[in-house]
Amino acid sequence: MAIIAARHAAKQLIYERMFKGATLGAAILVLLILGGVAASLLRGAWPALAHFGFGFVVHEVWNPVTERFGALAPMYGTVVTSLIAMLLAVPTGFGIALFLTELCPPMIKRPIGVAVELLAAVPSIIFGIWGLFVLAPILQKYVQPWLIHHVGKLPGIGSLFKGPPYGIGILTAGMVLAIMVLPFIAATMRDVFETVPAMLKESGYGLGATTWEVIWYVVVPHSRVAMVGGVMLGLGRALGETMAVTFVIGNAHRIGASLLAPGTTISSSIANEFTEAVGDLYTSSLIALGLLLFIITFGVIAVAQTMLRRLERRQLAPL
Amino acid sequence: MNIKNLRRLLLVMCATAGLSAVAGALEISGAGATFPYPIYAKWADAYRTLTGVGLNYQSIGSGGGIKQIKAKTVTFGASDMPLKPDELKAAGLLQFPMIIGGVVPVVNLKGIAPGQLKLDGATLASIYLGDVTEWDDPKIKRLNPKLNLPDTAIAPVYRSDGSGTNFLFTDYLSKASTSFKEKIGANTSVQWPIGIGAKGNEGIANMTTQTDGAIGYVEYAYAKQSNMTYALLTNKAGQAVAPSAQSFQAAAANADWAHADSYYLILTDQAGAGSWPITGASFILVYREPADPAAVDAALKFFAWAYADGAKMAADLDYVPLPPALITAVKKTWATEITANGHPVWSEKK
Repeated sequence: MAIIAARHAAKQLIYERMFKGATLGAAILVLLILGGVAASLLRGAWPALAHFGFGFVVHEVWNPVTERFGALAPMYGTVVTSLIAMLLAVPTGFGIALFLTELCPPMIKRPIGVAVELLAAVPSIIFGIWGLFVLAPILQKYVQPWLIHHVGKLPGIGSLFKGPPYGIGILTAGMVLAIMVLPFIAATMRDVFETVPAMLKESGYGLGATTWEVIWYVVVPHSRVAMVGGVMLGLGRALGETMAVTFVIGNAHRIGASLLAPGTTISSSIANEFTEAVGDLYTSSLIALGLLLFIITFGVIAVAQTMLRRLERRQLAPL
Repeated sequence: MNIKNLRRLLLVMCATAGLSAVAGALEISGAGATFPYPIYAKWADAYRTLTGVGLNYQSIGSGGGIKQIKAKTVTFGASDMPLKPDELKAAGLLQFPMIIGGVVPVVNLKGIAPGQLKLDGATLASIYLGDVTEWDDPKIKRLNPKLNLPDTAIAPVYRSDGSGTNFLFTDYLSKASTSFKEKIGANTSVQWPIGIGAKGNEGIANMTTQTDGAIGYVEYAYAKQSNMTYALLTNKAGQAVAPSAQSFQAAAANADWAHADSYYLILTDQAGAGSWPITGASFILVYREPADPAAVDAALKFFAWAYADGAKMAADLDYVPLPPALITAVKKTWATEITANGHPVWSEKK
């Protein structure tokens, strides 16, 4: 009896070690892949970085003919389109999630929930085509002329809405991105709101709080950390999105003061030009763009992590 | 696993190995330009039914095709932009033209039908430089005295993805205007000072048809199949010509191939009354002294067949076959310049 038990224990120990080794291997694999990506990007980008130096990130010129390359315009486009997407998608996603968890009649709760998830499953190329053939003409005919005539005349903010209504451009790209990241943000927030213990909410109602007060003082503080996580997930997708943006951004290596002007993003520049790029410096500059996107995304995640940690600390602190 | 199963497995493995060996022997591999891909694919399909020899063509773009042939991973490379003789010599490569296409300016102007508007290279360059900004500009009016041109702003649309179309268009504008050449130059992607970038022919077509006063440029086949409002262009001989298979072939026939080193010849802005000014050939790259002569021989046999019997298929897809004199010259080049151990790899009689 004792022998069997010992053998069993030894076997279990081996399994235990194997399992531990396998999970450790999987974790290390992620590090290796990430390190490999970073190293090969750096190696590919090196000729361009060595040639242009720091100028690569501060110059707007992108001229394949004279082989002078600067990444400022695509960096600007990447950041601004993602910001527009966040400005539009975060409040909407927040609204969807709140409605679904707190206010929605049970009968339409499932259909809306499923619709949000389906939206996440639509391939990005479809959003690109839809943006180009459906959204852009509507914006060009109705929305942008209105913006130009009314908002464009205001001092300050007006300069963001000047110029001809092309239909495609930075603003359109931001709007398409907003639709693409919306399901991620909405779904994450909904899942988070659902984890708020019913007891907490009911205590709030029991004290005579209105729905709004319960949401604002109970639900939101309880899920703040995870909400930021959902937003970051969306932002990550917006920063790296390629195909849909390429269709609707206008692909111009320029920084326009107006949001209606065409621009470009890092990933759409690479997608547009990599196939036909001839010459080492040109190819290397495109890879250097990829490296910059890697760094920007990394930076965003780092900032998000710091914010999360700070929030967590504040939440743990006694009220 | 019992013996029977094992034997069965071995049999299957042998069969698969055998099959892939056969397939390997009868497959020509190539990579490069996306512009000629539809016709290469159509030819390949017909050639396979005829001879059993297949073609594996990866349309990864001209840049990729040049890289792959230099890395010797494919038997031939394909490029929309001819390589300079020096570069060919350094790499030990030989190039020849395979098929002809053209680029057509398209516009969206109320009341203007296809073929009514006349433009020339200098005016087109001024439009894309942002010097001519309205359709009733004297420069455009001078070319079209009978047309009633509106004072709409011109919205130039350009191709945002690197492409042979861009190269031909910018090469033509560089030849037609020195200021375009100095400020922008010719390449598969350039830095446009104004306008909006659309992806692919379909993107340009869509932007142009949606925007009042827009002008763009697309491949001929695309303009023809989607019935766009194309413009006539004044060629080097001063004649306004319409884009058509005849005018492309005229440009190719009028070009001075005999004096072009390594077929390095860009067909834009050619002489001749009937020549369409934005014409271009798509090129094939092979090694002069291939490591695998049999593979190159198979590829050249395919190309020879395409020259002889592929013209009808090309015309169906709105590509333009090479003029007969040029085909003869190319075949002569193959027979004399592609060698293995001093012997020609390919000959007409084989």
